[in-house]
Amino acid sequence: MNRLQKAVKDIHTVDAKEAGRKGQSKVHPLSRLAVTVLYILLTVSFPKYDLGGIGAMVVYLLITGIWEEISFREALGRIWPVLLLAGAVGIANPFVDRKVCWESGSLAVTYGMVSMVTLMLKGIFSVMASYLLIMTVGMEGICSSLRVLHVPKEFVTILLLMHRYLIVLLKEAERMMQAYRLRAPGQKGIHVNAWGAFAGQLLLRSVDRAQTVYESMLLRGYTGEIIGKRPVGKRGISIGYAVSWTLVLAGIRILPVFQMVGSLF
Amino acid sequence: MDDIKIEDLTFAYSNKIEVLHHISFAVDKGEAVGLIGANGAGKSTLLKLLVGLAEGYQGSIILGGLGVEKKNLAQIRAKAGYVFQDSESQLFLSTVYEDVAFGPRNYGYTEEEVEGRVMEALRKMHIEGLKDRQIYRMSGGQKKLASIATILSLEPEVMLLDEPSIALDPKNRRTLIHILNGIKETKVIASHDLDMVWDICERTILLSDGRVIKDGKTREILMDKELLEANGLELPLSMQRQYI
Repeated sequence: MNRLQKAVKDIHTVDAKEAGRKGQSKVHPLSRLAVTVLYILLTVSFPKYDLGGIGAMVVYLLITGIWEEISFREALGRIWPVLLLAGAVGIANPFVDRKVCWESGSLAVTYGMVSMVTLMLKGIFSVMASYLLIMTVGMEGICSSLRVLHVPKEFVTILLLMHRYLIVLLKEAERMMQAYRLRAPGQKGIHVNAWGAFAGQLLLRSVDRAQTVYESMLLRGYTGEIIGKRPVGKRGISIGYAVSWTLVLAGIRILPVFQMVGSLF
Repeated sequence: MDDIKIEDLTFAYSNKIEVLHHISFAVDKGEAVGLIGANGAGKSTLLKLLVGLAEGYQGSIILGGLGVEKKNLAQIRAKAGYVFQDSESQLFLSTVYEDVAFGPRNYGYTEEEVEGRVMEALRKMHIEGLKDRQIYRMSGGQKKLASIATILSLEPEVMLLDEPSIALDPKNRRTLIHILNGIKETKVIASHDLDMVWDICERTILLSDGRVIKDGKTREILMDKELLEANGLELPLSMQRQYI
């Protein structure tokens, strides 16, 4: 399976997992969205040297991942390029901030190193939290929750259509790649001479397909907003979920959890 | 009463080359009409004009008593269901249920009504079992049936089908013919599959280079070897056997 096929399969797998989960989940997508937003806000709000504090935020990821039976291995396999990018944010810090904060023999840890790891964790945790949200409520769940929050319908529709058109674009690219490969055996990738024509054709064909999809929507009464099934969830459980996580996450943010646990021993 | 009435229709795309010339015909309520012709005869363009997907025509098109013009498009599209040639493009949501429910939801039905319409459309197409199936996991034939269900859930008065049997295997094609024969609404089917037209439509319109060459009983037109061959077509396969 090549990369394009894998990308299409991954999107469909996410859709399928989310659809399979829909019936079981009793938590309203809005609660999950609110908790994820709160989690990201609290995660990025940690001071740059508070490595212990931010480390404790992993609790949410672990519990959600285990509870929802989401494989972290699969997750890492899918989003490692984004994680790499997010992790690379503080890469220059050790060279700028060289003040030593901890020393043991010849081994010295500088504040720059600590802030680099903190920044990396902030990025990685935020991306992982978003991934878990998509895996549990899906793009449609996120979009319908955004509409409940009165986010403009234009924005929400663009978000949903981008998700759908991404598949169209990938499938077109895959078809073209297959046609190319069959007539260029032994070639690795697309020859540089064909890049321009390939990109142009891909754009034209994707626009064509997107136009047909749009026409199909128009013919079925589309007027600018994709109306999905209203997300469901048990009210009590959804409120309980949001309140519990708000308390836990706020507690982790305010209290030095790792130090408190350490002091017990 | 006429469900569709076209008078002196002429149409050109933006390149000014006319693809339809002075077309006139009417389709009665409940009638099944086959639209046949070689590639480029103007079949798909004609269907698109009927639902306002192509603009800027001359002449008159009336569908369900309404002129096909911008101000009436919402009402016309509620009356006419259009099934695209390419089911992949027609189905764009994740599951069959969600896709079939897309239209009724847009027309403001309650979730109970939506569910009723979706289940009825799926039942008509004999695909109730595919309700929660992910679209990408379906075969070409299943996708075609699902794409017709997306239209049936809107309970249209007129069904316009563009090459409905394309890419179907013989069994699925036979199922589709059986299902379409069971649908009592007005049907206009643009197709190269003359055997299918033979099985479903009592009347056929033969187009060539954007002109109506013949409009009459399906059996008469599809048995006329010279007429078909002069217009880039061949006898239906079932008829060809008689000549062997």
